[in-house]
Amino acid sequence: MMEEVKEVTPTLSVHADNIKVTEVLKEGDTLTFIIVSQKLSGTGEYHVDRTYDDFEWLQQHLFSQEDVPGIQGVIFPPLPAKAQVNASAKVMKQLGFLGLEEWQPYCKALENFLQQIAAHSILCKNKALEIFLTSSDPPGRQRVRKNIFNRLSQAVVEMRKESHKDVDEFFQTERDHNLVLTGCTKTATERFLDVVLTEQKIAVACGHFSAALQLCVEQGEDPDKQAFSKACVKLSEVFNSMMKNMTSVAENNVNTLGVGLDLESRYQEAEKEMLFRRTCKLVELETARRNAEKAKPVKKAAMEEVKKAAETEFDHICGVAKQEIAQFHGLRVKMLQQALVQWCEKQLLTAKEKADQFDQHLQAFRGMA
Amino acid sequence: LQLEEDEAKDSFDVDVAVTNPEKVVQFKDTSLPMFRSKAFTVRRRYSDFLGLYEKLSVKQSLLGCIIPPPPEKSVVGMTKVKVGMDDPSSVEFVERRRAALERYLQRVVSHPSLLQDPDVREFLEREELPRAVSTQALSGAGFLKMINKASDAVNKMTIKMNESDTWFEDKFQEVENEEQQLRKLHALVDSLVNHRKELCGNTAVFAKSMAMLGNSEDNTALSRALSQLAEVEDKMEQLHQEQAASDFFIFEELLADYIRLLGAMRGCFDQRMRAWQRWQEAQSTLQKKREAEAKLLWANKPDKLQQAKDEITEWEARVTQYERDFDRVGMTVRKEVLRFEKEKAKDFKSQIIKYLEAMLQSQQRLIKFWEAFLPEAKAIA
Repeated sequence: MMEEVKEVTPTLSVHADNIKVTEVLKEGDTLTFIIVSQKLSGTGEYHVDRTYDDFEWLQQHLFSQEDVPGIQGVIFPPLPAKAQVNASAKVMKQLGFLGLEEWQPYCKALENFLQQIAAHSILCKNKALEIFLTSSDPPGRQRVRKNIFNRLSQAVVEMRKESHKDVDEFFQTERDHNLVLTGCTKTATERFLDVVLTEQKIAVACGHFSAALQLCVEQGEDPDKQAFSKACVKLSEVFNSMMKNMTSVAENNVNTLGVGLDLESRYQEAEKEMLFRRTCKLVELETARRNAEKAKPVKKAAMEEVKKAAETEFDHICGVAKQEIAQFHGLRVKMLQQALVQWCEKQLLTAKEKADQFDQHLQAFRGMA
Repeated sequence: LQLEEDEAKDSFDVDVAVTNPEKVVQFKDTSLPMFRSKAFTVRRRYSDFLGLYEKLSVKQSLLGCIIPPPPEKSVVGMTKVKVGMDDPSSVEFVERRRAALERYLQRVVSHPSLLQDPDVREFLEREELPRAVSTQALSGAGFLKMINKASDAVNKMTIKMNESDTWFEDKFQEVENEEQQLRKLHALVDSLVNHRKELCGNTAVFAKSMAMLGNSEDNTALSRALSQLAEVEDKMEQLHQEQAASDFFIFEELLADYIRLLGAMRGCFDQRMRAWQRWQEAQSTLQKKREAEAKLLWANKPDKLQQAKDEITEWEARVTQYERDFDRVGMTVRKEVLRFEKEKAKDFKSQIIKYLEAMLQSQQRLIKFWEAFLPEAKAIA
């Protein structure tokens, strides 16, 4: 999924790793994203404006590539949930980290989505991506027909298939492991969000305290009163610094580990969906085999056709899936490492800055008469 | 000016400390020649501290002294209920009480007049104190009620005081304003402490979730890094706890102490008003006695006349006494206010420095945690 496009004649006319979501604009209730990509030939750029509906249009097109063998074995780059201006509490909770910091993490998530598609050996060939990135007109706000990939429309009956025993140990292991990881990652992401939200509250509280201290300045020439007033003013500065520091700490958390965990969480879900699709195909195949066996001579030939088709499709899916899983394992470790290193470096820098500031404050206080 | 000179001579240095185990309170102090020995330890019950306050209030407040108020039995009306702080069985509650008793004693012994008080000496020196009674009234609510009762009495005075010197009026207004501001600050710090405690909880839970994630992880280096992350977060929880304690013990309790001290100061002003009132009432009584004497003279009743003259003499003496008392209380109040402001400026400054030092130490440790984690994060291949 992260491999460079090595095709001799690439379908995509822009650099995959340079796609940027540079801006987000609020137009009434809608959010509009500005996407910039670099032309492969020459030094030009494409600037397009897209709404969430356009992203969904792209995703639906990728999902509905039924002519591509084994397409169901692809782990599709996850699209974040829809962002809204004045979003409800429920929507904000669902967005988690992506809803914070004035939509900057959200833009990064959309950017990552596009980059991953562009770098994917199968998906980058889809014309929808080219149109999405280069067409000056919005790709069309009409809904593409719903497809079987839409998990939400699957009946409860289908859910039973999730625990269907596998015929392949590799896949059974992967399914079990994925189940554990999806749960753990989702929990860790939610807990980290709670940490960040509380840090923000602390920053606000420090700000209030700082402001209130300013009001404690006493009038008069009395030296003790002046000393007390000076102490209040200086303490107000201290808490102002603390507010800024806590705000930075929270920001660092969001922009590195927060979005890192969020992306990992959504990717685990994407893998889960792929594995589920494969499991459903397995059930279909086993049903087709049984039908072919039990078929009356009149129907036998037809059932054999169905069985053969199911077998071929299943083999294609398994082939693609094995590749995707191997690449996913490499990708996620790399993504998490990046997130952890950035997180640590940023927090270390912020901590050092705070230590310096407080050292200065301390010297200033000690120097006060 | 005379007052300020006197202040410079008061350079006593008595150190008291309150140490714990459980509900029994011990303390030791190193002291001056006026005490029996240089350093010793006595055991005191919580009710002994309240008893000391009661004895001091009865004597000293009449003279216009600001008596440091005792730590309250329970926190009434000033803080939101916090996990731990109000639970008598918790470690935090025990520490909170110990620190409060220590600050209380330190204020008492740093007051030049109170230090000389025999009840204070007895408290510091005597092996066993008889159990103090009637300390119920001195729980938080009781203390506030006492202050407010004094204020009400003053408000009900029929004769309004004519201040030749606006110093007292101005100061009283300042005290009221300051109390308002400190209450606001106190509420804000309380809110901050609560959020920090919340952060402790969140951090602990997050650390656990990362440990679980690390355990489920296949990739060895990543698994190791995630487990280390969980440990870093555990250490940070510890830092947050200490930070919350700093905010609480250094600022929140300091502000609460000063809100109570300002209440005690208002009490002093009220004492001065009472002294004035007593003087005025005595003058009014004297006047009545003189009028009665005049009537007797006119009615020619010599037998009652002597009694009337005696009463006049008695009340003339009282008027003189009460006038002297009033002046003395006024002087004491002025002195106390100046002392209070000096102590306050010193107190706040030293507490702020203590806070910054703790904060700086915390930050140095945090930096070390991050520096230790960085190579682990980079090692993930």
